[in-house]
Amino acid sequence: MAATDTGAAAAPFVRIEGVTKTFGTFRAVDDVSLDIAKGELFSLLGGSGCGKTTLLRMLAGFEQPTLGRIFIDGQDMTSLPPYERPVNMMFQSYALFPHMSVEQNVGYGLKHEDLTPAQRSARVKEMLELVKLSELAGRKPHQLSGGQRQRVALARALSKQPKLLLLDEPLGALDKKLREHTQFELMNIQDRTGITFIVVTHDQEEAMTLSSRIAVMDRGVIRQVGTPNEIYEFPSNRFVADFIGSINQFEGEVIRTGGGMTDVSCPVLSGTVKAATDATPERGSKVTVAVRPEKITITRKAPSGGVNVVRGTVRDLGYFGKDSLYRVKLESGHLVLVNSVNTRRSDEGGRVAQWEDEVWLSFEPSSAILLTD
Amino acid sequence: MRDWFNRRGWRDLIIATPYAWLIVFFLIPFLIVVVMSLAIMKSASPPFGFHEAFPWIDLGNFARLFQDTLYIRAFVSSLINALIATLLCLLIGYPMALGITRVSKSWRNILLMLVILPFWTSFLLRVYAWIGMMGSNSWFNKLLTSIYNFAVPSEWALKSIPMMNTSFAVVLVMVYSYLPFMILPLYANLEKLDTTLNEAAMDLGSRPWQVFRDITLPLSIPGIIAGGLLVFIPATGELIIPSLVGSSANPMIGRVIADEFNSARDWPMASAVAVALLFLMVLPMVFYNHYEAKAQNAGGKP
Repeated sequence: MAATDTGAAAAPFVRIEGVTKTFGTFRAVDDVSLDIAKGELFSLLGGSGCGKTTLLRMLAGFEQPTLGRIFIDGQDMTSLPPYERPVNMMFQSYALFPHMSVEQNVGYGLKHEDLTPAQRSARVKEMLELVKLSELAGRKPHQLSGGQRQRVALARALSKQPKLLLLDEPLGALDKKLREHTQFELMNIQDRTGITFIVVTHDQEEAMTLSSRIAVMDRGVIRQVGTPNEIYEFPSNRFVADFIGSINQFEGEVIRTGGGMTDVSCPVLSGTVKAATDATPERGSKVTVAVRPEKITITRKAPSGGVNVVRGTVRDLGYFGKDSLYRVKLESGHLVLVNSVNTRRSDEGGRVAQWEDEVWLSFEPSSAILLTD
Repeated sequence: MRDWFNRRGWRDLIIATPYAWLIVFFLIPFLIVVVMSLAIMKSASPPFGFHEAFPWIDLGNFARLFQDTLYIRAFVSSLINALIATLLCLLIGYPMALGITRVSKSWRNILLMLVILPFWTSFLLRVYAWIGMMGSNSWFNKLLTSIYNFAVPSEWALKSIPMMNTSFAVVLVMVYSYLPFMILPLYANLEKLDTTLNEAAMDLGSRPWQVFRDITLPLSIPGIIAGGLLVFIPATGELIIPSLVGSSANPMIGRVIADEFNSARDWPMASAVAVALLFLMVLPMVFYNHYEAKAQNAGGKP
């Protein structure tokens, strides 16, 4: 399992050390420690109320941690006010100043910098070019579309060339088409400026495509930190496995370990599952075997001599064009999700299985994820 | 006919009601006053009439407005008193309104209640209370006197500050009376402002006072204008406060109108002063409407 913290290996640029934030008796953020390297595009992913926005607001300086310290570029920022931090934020609502033009909005933060008027307007121009808004410099925010406002907010947040840029649901208010486009634009800008980005999002797809690393948060606690690939293929606990994508989970008991293989007896699968693991859980301990729907093969005939084979009946079928989603009922009554790519062009009769068909499901030992908590 | 009424009648009736009200109770009386201002004094009942020959009307009353310094002085002192009262209301009311928006919801309601609480007592009673407070033997006067004596050289010391029957008294009581009219529209405006704008400004490097100067203050201009007009307009025409606590040697315009009408029984002159006052008040309203229209077109909310 490749859960090594690549951020910690390089000198950490942002270091969050045991940070806790309580509002009354509610622990919004509970003892979070995190190291983020320079130039990373880091995502805080979680549902609403998981503490991701509170953590972001503490990085910006709008909230003070109840406990713990925050370092940015080696400097202790914990008690600095927002206007003294080398950090800028792009707000979820964009928070553009309604009485100022696009140009004035972008140039606002530069008033506090030691620049000549010529340098200032040059910087504003450069920022507007970066987000491709030069021709709208004189407009007021209410004369712009949602996507244009988002770009003004981004240009404004980048104008002071911060060491760290915080983005609160940067694509949340955009429609689907614009999101996809903006996503790549955001990555492109991050690449060109080299500024470290921390993105807060509840959208796992957004986090997966944007980020170099993701921290999955739940109820104020970080449940896993890793690259999108690690988070998806090697979830370290049930919450992360369940939160990211869809997954089948089977309860079981370890009956044998050794040789990089663990045998788990799963009553719902009416048999033993072989899972390839580095860890050696104790014999007799309760575990969960988790398998992604697309890692399961569905066939009409029994696969020859394979391991992890189980029989069932197709209960439900969803056809999405490029792939199909099957809900297969096992003999134990348990429902399993299977995702199968429609590789062959065919009419309905040519599909792998139909409603009420008897099918065989199988998956590789290396596809099985063993979860202990 | 019945169908027509059901379709359009009710809607038209509802729209027409406020207009009818304004025509009957504002426009017609105002036209009567305008006509009266063009008449001359006569010993008849009512005590005015018109010339017997063409053009019948008489502009002498409006000419007198500029010839007799009494009227000009009254206008000037009314405007100055009202302006000072408005500015003081703004200086006191703005921090109060801003403060109310920054406390928790339950406290907000309590504080807003306290702002309008004085209205539950008779206005006259409250003015009489001030008369008592400003008298030379009151604790209020003694307190101010001792502060004054402490601050100035001993040869300037006073036994008591003469407050009654001065412009100071008029402004003081006007500020006290009209403060809620400043606070409420300001509060309504400030309460709507998005506080994330303040956070955004702070994030971009502005200290709290710069945030106030760059964000809160410019966005609260509509509230300042609304509150300012609500204080300035009635304060200029104020009759009761200057009559009770002001100096009779330096009357305000409301007092002049009342005196012309009652003591001098010169209804045409009283009408002319009232018409002039109205135009003086309409001008800032026109300015405000113009500003509002401009703000709607150019700036405004996103």
